[in-house]
Amino acid sequence: MDLLLPGIGLLFWTLLAFGMVFFLLRKYAWKIIIDSLSEREQGIAASLDAAKKVKAEMAQLKSENEALMAQAREERSQMLKEAKETKDKLINDAKDQAKAEAAKILADANAAIHSQKMAVLTEIKNQIGNMVIEVSEKVIRKQLDNKAEQEKYIQQMAGELNQFGK
Amino acid sequence: MQGNWLKSLLVAVLVLFFVPSFANDHEEKTKLDPAKLIMEHIQDAHEFHFFTLEKKDGSEFHATIPLPVIIYSNTKGISIFSSSNFHHGHASFNGYALEEGKIHAEDPKEKIIDLSITKNVVQMLLALTLLVSLMVGIANKYKKGQGVQSAPKGWQNAIEPVITFVRDEVAKPNLAGKYQKYLPYLLTVFFFILINNLFGLIPGSANVTGNIAFTIVLGVISFFVILFSTNKHFWGHIFWYPGVPMIVRFLIMLPVELLGVFTKPFALIVRLFANMVAGHIIILSFVALIFIFGSMNAIAGWGFSPLSVLFAVFIYLIEIMVAFIQAFIFTNLTAVFIGQAFEGGHEGEHH
Repeated sequence: MDLLLPGIGLLFWTLLAFGMVFFLLRKYAWKIIIDSLSEREQGIAASLDAAKKVKAEMAQLKSENEALMAQAREERSQMLKEAKETKDKLINDAKDQAKAEAAKILADANAAIHSQKMAVLTEIKNQIGNMVIEVSEKVIRKQLDNKAEQEKYIQQMAGELNQFGK
Repeated sequence: MQGNWLKSLLVAVLVLFFVPSFANDHEEKTKLDPAKLIMEHIQDAHEFHFFTLEKKDGSEFHATIPLPVIIYSNTKGISIFSSSNFHHGHASFNGYALEEGKIHAEDPKEKIIDLSITKNVVQMLLALTLLVSLMVGIANKYKKGQGVQSAPKGWQNAIEPVITFVRDEVAKPNLAGKYQKYLPYLLTVFFFILINNLFGLIPGSANVTGNIAFTIVLGVISFFVILFSTNKHFWGHIFWYPGVPMIVRFLIMLPVELLGVFTKPFALIVRLFANMVAGHIIILSFVALIFIFGSMNAIAGWGFSPLSVLFAVFIYLIEIMVAFIQAFIFTNLTAVFIGQAFEGGHEGEHH
């Protein structure tokens, strides 16, 4: 039965001890420890969050880079294609122009040749006319008496000239 | 060398234990009384008593540390003296006598209050000094940044999980948003009980947490903490139990609910006391069995001792676990009761 009867001394000292321990620990231990622990927990949580964010950013950057690369590649092929087209167009243009120039030169040459030929022909006709006149003069001088023969000859010459002139 | 030294020490200790009991077969004056022996071990005392030797001339030698006695008397006032003055209960001093561990005045008219620094008080103060220095030491390390900016070290690693356990498994689930207000109290109660439980397990030490005075103090403090945490809803529930007829409300619910207010701390007090005292009694009983058998027959005593020691060691290990469990249960139930005291006020009706 003694076991169940509390001793006043122990009651008193326990109460005193508990009060002091509570006061001391609350002031000098629990507050600091709990604050430190929660601070550390928050720090760890923040670090983890930051790491996650950085990781997401890295992934985003990577995908962005990849998109950029793909775009660049596409642009390059586009540029190559365009350059090729331009080249082809230039060549074709040049060819066309050359052809046109050549045709023009040819036409000019033909025209020049034709006009020269005509000039030459006119010259020749004139010369022949002159020669004919001269010959005719000579013939006339020589055969002026022979009237029939004269006329025949003139006819013949004129026919020939006409034939020549055609 | 050391092995031999240890062996001879063990033999010496065993001899000290066995000689008085085995040698008294023919003497009736020190008849073995296991119940008295055990009670003496688990109760408070005015001295640390280690062993008693019987000298050849029949006188006894007591290996003890005497402790200070502080007595307030309504006639003599406060008197302080060493407990060695009682000569282990064989002598009275200054009008006071020591009988079965209790001091009483020889003059029946004199009323005394015994505020002595007893075995339990000394051990409790030792344990608490250790606790406070340990915790403040750890706190200072945190203050310097160790465990905050860097990894925790040493004792921090041992104490930290316990503190976070009390916070996350005891305070938070039971006290919800108000846990920070009660956390220092719950932590103090937990470590206060734990350190005294563990100190009580040191062989030859006092049984502090197995003393009803110790658990009464803690239970009453918890009772007041619970009372100061109550709200209107809690008292409304007691005096005006909702949803039952008027007559039932007054004749049954009111006394039952009102009684419930007091049974909660009472359960805390008795649970801790009974658990700790039971553990000590079981261990002491196993040890006492050796001497019970020994008093019948020396061979029986020696023969039973290995079995007895084995059982005692087994219970001892369980007691280490119980030391933690009881500290946890006391803290957890206190948190539950506090939570009940202010629950419902902001969440509406529960029933």
